[in-house]
Amino acid sequence: MSDFFTIALLTATLRLSAPLVFAAMGGLLSERSGVMNIALEGFMLVGAFSAAAGTYYTGRPFLGLLIGTGAAMLASVIHAFWSITLRGDQIVAGTALNLLGAGIPAFLLQRLFETAGGTPAVARLPTIGGGLNVLVPVAFLLVPLVHYLLFHTRAGLRIQAAGEHPHAAESVGVDVARYRYACVLASGALAGVGGAYLSIGDLSQFTVGMTAGRGFIALAAVIFGNWNPVATLGATLLFGAAQAARVQAQALNLPISQDLLIALPYLLTLIAITGLVRHATPPAGLGRHAATE
Amino acid sequence: MSTLQSRTSTSPRAPATWLTQAWSAVPALLSSVGAVVVALLVGALVIALTGDDAVTAYRALFAGAFGDRRALGETLVAATPLILAGLGFAVAFRAGVFNIGLEGQLVLGALTAGLIGGFGFGMPAMIYLPLALIAAAVAGGIWGAIPGFLKAKTGAHEVITTIMLNYLAFRVSAAAIGADDVFPVDPGSRATERAAEASRLPRLLEGTRLHAGIVLALVAAVILWYLLFCTTFGYRIRAVGLSRGAAAYAGIRWGRTITTAMFVSGLLAGLGGAADALGLQGRYYDVRVGYGFTAIAVGMVGRNHPAGVVLAGLLFGALSSGATRMQNTAGTSREIVQVLQGLVILSVAALVAISHLRLGQSLLGRLPSRRTGERVRSDRTSEAVSEPELESRPNPPAI
Repeated sequence: MSDFFTIALLTATLRLSAPLVFAAMGGLLSERSGVMNIALEGFMLVGAFSAAAGTYYTGRPFLGLLIGTGAAMLASVIHAFWSITLRGDQIVAGTALNLLGAGIPAFLLQRLFETAGGTPAVARLPTIGGGLNVLVPVAFLLVPLVHYLLFHTRAGLRIQAAGEHPHAAESVGVDVARYRYACVLASGALAGVGGAYLSIGDLSQFTVGMTAGRGFIALAAVIFGNWNPVATLGATLLFGAAQAARVQAQALNLPISQDLLIALPYLLTLIAITGLVRHATPPAGLGRHAATE
Repeated sequence: MSTLQSRTSTSPRAPATWLTQAWSAVPALLSSVGAVVVALLVGALVIALTGDDAVTAYRALFAGAFGDRRALGETLVAATPLILAGLGFAVAFRAGVFNIGLEGQLVLGALTAGLIGGFGFGMPAMIYLPLALIAAAVAGGIWGAIPGFLKAKTGAHEVITTIMLNYLAFRVSAAAIGADDVFPVDPGSRATERAAEASRLPRLLEGTRLHAGIVLALVAAVILWYLLFCTTFGYRIRAVGLSRGAAAYAGIRWGRTITTAMFVSGLLAGLGGAADALGLQGRYYDVRVGYGFTAIAVGMVGRNHPAGVVLAGLLFGALSSGATRMQNTAGTSREIVQVLQGLVILSVAALVAISHLRLGQSLLGRLPSRRTGERVRSDRTSEAVSEPELESRPNPPAI
């Protein structure tokens, strides 16, 4: 058993948590501002594909990262427009974006590379040792940043106001729509970085459906973390550890069913959201539209 | 309560009511058609932007969907699971639950049907086929009832729980297909053993792959229509979906109603999977086709009405069967269909949203939107409703 809890398990946990942290911090900002965001999965896929394609064409992973982030942000503009400007149902819009996020990369893959499975191998972001790439520390630095933004700045206070009580925020002159747009766009950008992390950080290619539900797991981490950045970080580490346990068990040839190990993060998410969040308090204005009548 | 029930009289409807009903569906139908047209136009733009000829692509798509007898058969075959799962989406949506777990429910239904058929019991078709179908329906139903129950008991949002249950269903399916020491499966081809002839849905037309699943789907649509609009059960579902608070005031139990609605929803999706396994393939393949996700678009475009779902299911069936020919003859990747589905949902959502704004109302009338229950503040239910605050919407109930 001592073979199991090693430095390798720790680094694997960090490696697998980092993309979740990016997406979760994005989701947290969006939800704190009052916009439900189940489209994180779609944003991640768009980011992952665009980053890989961008790297392929420019030959520079950092440019690829930029392209991936930008593309996911573009997708989040659609979500923001439908959810904020059109005042549509945020879950419905998110579902549509998830379908688009799965469909457009698969379609373009066929178009640009004439393959169905994945892009050709591309250059990867530089690593900092231990198999960790340069985005890993960025992910974990992001958490105190988001915390500071939300709880210690004027903008953060307004974001919270927009999420808790859009009408009251509006009545004291806060432009709720503007803050919500900013937060949804930020969520797109961050989820895009999370996606790029997968395709050009962790792997060196994009494969269809490579996010495998990480966007949803990130959202569950936000709920599990009670919409608090630090607690959300804890939740992402837990999910990351569940995935790392599988890698480790595989490496050590432990006699545990692979299917069960693959299912573990999903099972954990399910248990977390049903068993442990009974007293979770979402932003009171989540999903509510600001008054403009 | 009695006055409430009398409004959903179980007596046959007068023809006049029928006509008014049909007439009132016209704006919804027109706007759905409009939404589809908008989506197809944007899709054409996407095709053109990537350097293909959209006209050639759509022409091939149309030929592949309706061009000949075989194409028509393929359209109906593809429509079958979509209609069944789309009906499942509709019944959950009517209760105010957004079931994204149809894919997992469908997969488990298909797996169950495939396994039962694969065992090759020595039974006559009269018993074997219904047995396989019922088992598949129950498997899907249970998988659907879980998120309903969890939402009712703990307030866990169904969007997350159903998606997690999807992934878990995929793992269950993969594990079952790998366990050739327990089940009649063929791990080499990632499928169950070929189903016994007596457990298969019969073919309907020579020279096509059309099977009796389409009959099952249409019958299910009629039954669901009757359930939703002519029984107390359906009334409860709709009441809970329209206004949870008002329904609770009328003595309707929210938790029980949404759990049952989700059971029916999963049951229909499970049947959809079984129809595909026992009708088309003759076995269950552990391959994700994504019918369950397309069914969301089917339900939305069909405005969550059984008749609308049948029409939308046929449309998406046509898109899916035509996509193959489009890819082969026009070279446009079939993944564009998934893009079209996303676009259709967006344009339906936009139309519904616009119809709630003042300008839109005068142009379109008010279209039904997703209605979810309001908060109930009573001692008895306060515990259960602490979380669903998440989804109380300011959108006033439509219709």
